[in-house]
Amino acid sequence: MFDYTYLPEPNMVPYLVETMAKIIFIFSMNMGVFAPLLGWVERKQSALMQDRIGANRADIFGFTLFGLVHVMTDALKLLTKEDFIPRGADRTLHYLAPFIAVAPALVAFAVIPFGGQYNLWGHKANMVIADLDVGILFVFAVASISTYGSVIAGWASNNNWSLLGGIRVGAQMLSYEVAMGLTLVGIFMVYGSLRLTDIGVAQENFFHWGIFLQPLGFFLFITCALAENKRTPFDIPEAESEIVAGYFTEYSGLKFAMFWMAEFLEMVTISAVLVALFFGGWQVPFVSHAMLADLFGFLGRDWAQVATMLVHVMVFWGKVLFWIFILMLIRWSLPRFRYDQVMNLGWKIILPLALVNIFITALVMLWVK
Amino acid sequence: MLNQYIPVFVMAVAACGTAISMVVLTSLIGPKKEFDDKMEPFECGVSPVANPKSRFSVRFYIIAMLFIVFDVEAVFLFPWAVVYRELGMFGFVEMMVFIAVLGVGLAYIWKKGALEWE
Repeated sequence: MFDYTYLPEPNMVPYLVETMAKIIFIFSMNMGVFAPLLGWVERKQSALMQDRIGANRADIFGFTLFGLVHVMTDALKLLTKEDFIPRGADRTLHYLAPFIAVAPALVAFAVIPFGGQYNLWGHKANMVIADLDVGILFVFAVASISTYGSVIAGWASNNNWSLLGGIRVGAQMLSYEVAMGLTLVGIFMVYGSLRLTDIGVAQENFFHWGIFLQPLGFFLFITCALAENKRTPFDIPEAESEIVAGYFTEYSGLKFAMFWMAEFLEMVTISAVLVALFFGGWQVPFVSHAMLADLFGFLGRDWAQVATMLVHVMVFWGKVLFWIFILMLIRWSLPRFRYDQVMNLGWKIILPLALVNIFITALVMLWVK
Repeated sequence: MLNQYIPVFVMAVAACGTAISMVVLTSLIGPKKEFDDKMEPFECGVSPVANPKSRFSVRFYIIAMLFIVFDVEAVFLFPWAVVYRELGMFGFVEMMVFIAVLGVGLAYIWKKGALEWE
């Protein structure tokens, strides 16, 4: 469908340099920016929404940096806490659980394009770490490994609350995994590809964005994504008022922080997938790649491509930040659902609606053709 | 073909390294003070009465079974969706029959009460 010729060329050196640069970039974005700072963002945003001030006490020589010092002090505190494992717990699994939770959350970002394809000095740069043909399925496959982390944590802790949380995680994740896969079938039909770079290129025209072609699919997908993220209103696996802290009740120190990091990184991945599938990926609305390159034409051909690339990458992260903001808005606005409500929503509303969405999409595409 | 996965592998190694180093760090740094009352699993201040390693509701197993059935069927939908444009009318009818069977299955488990939580 699209002229797609990006493959590692025989000349391996530029390819390797490019790949390593991209990996380092994404890794430092995730570990250096999102994992530590989203906690601060969440505290400040919830404070704003509830008419409070939020974290502002910790200071270094009198400088509080809008509460950013709390991020550092929290990290230090968690690092120096005792690593508590209760009696009767399975020690190996207790160590394994946070590892399984956090590692896939870091890997899942590998197939999401954070920019387009650019011809820089004869080298084809593609702003995605691994441009796999299975694309979005890779995100699903890797992200669902995280579920094992939560379930194992619940099982290994030898604690009733943890076990309840672990079982709830299992059932909730399985239910919404089915629905989430089916909600995206419409998108695959419309764009005819699973490869996220193809889907991004196809969204160059503003009115071909996923949100316009698949409005029902979008609402179903964002609901499933919220449920997979285990945050309010779908936070029954860690419902504080019912089961203490759910599956990570018996975790402390950095191991606790790892579950917390996994949750934030999943939120970043979800926002990035939303942007890549429904909100044009790296594309600027109404401004095509060629138009941007023309705009920067005074820089010369290659530097114009570099400037275009920078604009696209910044637009992509801007959109991701916007969606993180929306997800946090939802988290602080809605009360928690009851367990049966969550399961009913997944199996009795979203699953049939997703099938209807596939039917309608198929019908419309047949009719348009 | 497979060398597309090399960056993923590098990423996975980096992610596992980070995660392992965090687990190792937290078990090395930090105090270790163990005494009997503290090591009990948390149960809101009471000594635990029930053993967590007991049986739990069969409904969760049913959900897991339904998951396998529906997820496998969803897997069949993905390749069809990608080539739908080329398949045309034949693909439409073929897959609508498949989805209808899926829908009947859903209606059946719904009516049987497998999705009810009292």
